[in-house]
Amino acid sequence: MKVSIDGLHKAFENRVRLGIMSALAVNDTLDFTSLKEYLDVTDGNLATHIKKLEKEEFIDVKKSFIDNKPNTKYSMTAKGKKAFEDHLKVLENIIKSQK
Amino acid sequence: MKEEQDYIRDIAEIRSMMERSSKFLSLSGLAGIMAGVYALAGAWVAHVYLGFKPDGVGDSAVYNGQYSNLPQLMLLAVVVLILAIGTAVFLSAKKAQKRGEKAWNTTSKRMVAHMSVPLVAGGILISVFIVKGLLILIAPLSLLFYGLALYNASKFSYEDVKFLGMIQMGLGLLGTWYTGYGLLFWAIGFGVVHIVYGIYMHLRYER
Repeated sequence: MKVSIDGLHKAFENRVRLGIMSALAVNDTLDFTSLKEYLDVTDGNLATHIKKLEKEEFIDVKKSFIDNKPNTKYSMTAKGKKAFEDHLKVLENIIKSQK
Repeated sequence: MKEEQDYIRDIAEIRSMMERSSKFLSLSGLAGIMAGVYALAGAWVAHVYLGFKPDGVGDSAVYNGQYSNLPQLMLLAVVVLILAIGTAVFLSAKKAQKRGEKAWNTTSKRMVAHMSVPLVAGGILISVFIVKGLLILIAPLSLLFYGLALYNASKFSYEDVKFLGMIQMGLGLLGTWYTGYGLLFWAIGFGVVHIVYGIYMHLRYER
C-alpha cells in the first residue's frame, strides 16, 4: 500500500492555516475578528499564519477604516483556491487508496 | 509521515470550519416551540376577545374594513412578535454560548440581513393594506413574507429552515384565496407548524 504524499502543500500542514483557507473557501471575505473567533487562536498566532499564506499569494489582504478603526479583510486568491482544491483532492485520494 | 486518521481528521476539520463559518447553527428548536405557543395564544385572543373573525363574506366587519378593535389587534400582534423574537434571541444566544460561539457573529448577521429584506418589504405592504382597510389580507401576507424570509435565511442556517419557509408560503398563499380562513391558516402556520418544527429540530439537533 503505497501512498504518495506529493502534492500536499506545506502551507496546509498547519491546522490554523488549513482553517483559514477552509473558512475563506466558503466566504467571499472575512475580517480578522471573525477569523479569530472561528479558529480560537491568539492575535499574534493568527497574524503569523496569515502572513505565511499571504507570502504564498494564497490570500489577499485589503486594509480599510471603518469608523476610524482599522478593518482588514481577507479573501482567497485564484492561486489559493486552486492550491486548496488540489489539497482536498490529494487528501481524498490518500483516504480512498487506503480503504 | 502522517497517518490515515490524520488525513481524515484534516478533512473533518475543513468540513466543520466551512460549516461553522458559513452557517448559523445555533438556532434553537425550543424557541420555535415557544413562538408557536405565543402565536396560538395570540390567535385565540384575537378571535375570542377582539372579535377578529374574517369568516363570513360581505357583512363581516373585518371584510368591510369596519373592524373596530384594530389598535388592540395591532398591539397584540406586536406583543406576540416581541415575545417570539425575544425568546428566539435569548435561546439562540444560550445555545451559541454552549457551542463556544458568539451569537452575534458574521454568520448570524448575514442571516438576519437576508431575512430582513422580505420582512421589511412585507411589513410595508401590510402597513399599506391596514391603512387602506384591507384587513382580510394581513394574516396571509404575513405568512407569505415570513416564509420568504425563512427561505432566504435557510442558505445561512439549517437546510430544514427552507421547508419551514415553503410551508409558511404555501399557507399564506392559500389564505389569500380562502380569505375567510385567514386567521385559521395564520394559527396553523405560526402556531402549529412552529411547534411541530421546533420539536423536530429539538429532537434532531439538540439531544
